[in-house]
Amino acid sequence: MSGISANYKLTAFKTIVWKEVRRFLRIWVQTLVPPVITISLYFVIFGNLIGSRIGSMGGFSYMEFIVPGLIMMAVINNSYGNVVSSFFSQKYQRSIEELLVSPVPNYVILSGFVIGGVSRGLAVGIIASIISLFFSGLHIYNLFITLMVVLMSSIVFSLGGFINAIFATKFDDITIIPAFVLTPLIYLGGVFYSIELLPDFWRMVSQLNPIFYMVNAFRYGILGVSDVNILFAFMMLIIFTVALSGFSLFLLHRGKGLRY
Amino acid sequence: MTSAITIQDLHKTYDNRFHALKGISLDVAEGDFFALLGANGAGKSTTIGVLSTLVRKTSGIVQVFGQNVNTNSYETKLNLGVVPQEVNFNHFEKVFDIVVTQGGYYGLPTQLAKERAEKYLNQLGLWDKHDQQARNLSGGMKRRLLIARALVHEPRLLLLDEPTAGVDIELRRSTWKFLQEINRAGTTIVLTTHYLEEAETLCRNIAMIDEGKIVVNTSMKALLKKLHQEHFILDIRSELNEAPTLNGFTCKLLDPSTLEVSLESDQDLNDVFTELKSVNIKVKSMRNKSNRLEQLFISLLNKQGQIPEQQA
Repeated sequence: MSGISANYKLTAFKTIVWKEVRRFLRIWVQTLVPPVITISLYFVIFGNLIGSRIGSMGGFSYMEFIVPGLIMMAVINNSYGNVVSSFFSQKYQRSIEELLVSPVPNYVILSGFVIGGVSRGLAVGIIASIISLFFSGLHIYNLFITLMVVLMSSIVFSLGGFINAIFATKFDDITIIPAFVLTPLIYLGGVFYSIELLPDFWRMVSQLNPIFYMVNAFRYGILGVSDVNILFAFMMLIIFTVALSGFSLFLLHRGKGLRY
Repeated sequence: MTSAITIQDLHKTYDNRFHALKGISLDVAEGDFFALLGANGAGKSTTIGVLSTLVRKTSGIVQVFGQNVNTNSYETKLNLGVVPQEVNFNHFEKVFDIVVTQGGYYGLPTQLAKERAEKYLNQLGLWDKHDQQARNLSGGMKRRLLIARALVHEPRLLLLDEPTAGVDIELRRSTWKFLQEINRAGTTIVLTTHYLEEAETLCRNIAMIDEGKIVVNTSMKALLKKLHQEHFILDIRSELNEAPTLNGFTCKLLDPSTLEVSLESDQDLNDVFTELKSVNIKVKSMRNKSNRLEQLFISLLNKQGQIPEQQA
């Protein structure tokens, strides 16, 4: 059991978070600019050009319908990307040893990286929200639900990025999961359509996708419409947060890929 | 005296079944300047790794200031500073930030961490580079940055894994001076090194490790006493074509004005000068040939030496 003070742990936690924030701000051209360009293109192409021909969805214009999904997509991608690239880079160049030889408890290390990922996720989410104002009015139906969903989703995907980084042994390993798992799940998670449009079988398959719940809960917070029960969506988020946190701490305790 | 490090019957077998440590036992007293010598792959870095918790032991007891490094890892880590063999900081971070961040990992408030960073970067001659990215430093400066980083929380025990590898002579000597100063101020230092001169100059006690076993654990003084021969380099005033014959001494001509004379441990230096005078050779200057420890090291690792363990 740790014999070090709460004040010490708070200092260590703030140090890790500030280091992570400093990192993504230092390389802002790589971390903050690309999502801005991507999101703008989505708004222009899917929202404006194609969206105007689609008509309404869920009682809203297509542009209004996709805004929450696109913001959530930016948050998820950037939370995950920040932790996986930062932690793996530190592991690869062994600067993670700075932390491992220090008395920082594992849960403080994990929290520091996760909050670092959340910081970037939220920063990009705010930028995406501002951009959306140029294309559509952003009226928030329930601020509390909106903030809680975005925060918890960001935590879940930061944890996912952390686990990916722990198992990764080469740079390829940190691009495989985002490309082959994360992106399909996001695109099939109801960002661009309501699952009401799908045949029964694919509607059922969609319900196995965790991102589907996040996108819909977030859409509920903003628009007040959702394909899922909000309480159930929150339960899913809590279960994912607890399960991934537990697994991450287990890996840190075992020193997987970190201690030999 | 309190033990800074106590290691008993330490074994480490890696996942690839390489048995790196085969039951080593060591005791390093508080305040000591201790050298751990050995060839590549002998087990030096594994030992440092176990002490710093980066390497998990297979069995044995490892304590730092009486605290078990595995069961009381937080307490032991607070007392430890580690200078790794490989440069392991983020090269894109600024020098100052690297040291201040490390202070934060040890719970130092930001202002104190900044003051300490300035103090140690100054002492190690890096302050004028504090605002630069670490990648812009020379190899020697990077190694000194590792030392500054390891000292920011002012540990009682400093572990240095080949701290001056690849560092030029001038920087190496100034690093030695710095390490001697912090050791005099009370920090226990354990270093591994390939430079035997480094161990001979800095350390009071020494352990030699070979294939995962301690082959010698003694004081530097006791070890050097075991030398059968000492070698001196003499710069002479005249120029010679061949080495002179000195009665009772082995003499080699290194160049026309430089001689190397070897003395057995029971011979006196005065007798060398008497012999040189008898053949009309005047000595301008003299120095000790600095390979004394090397001789011992090689002979011990070749299993030719007969020095028993635990002589100190």
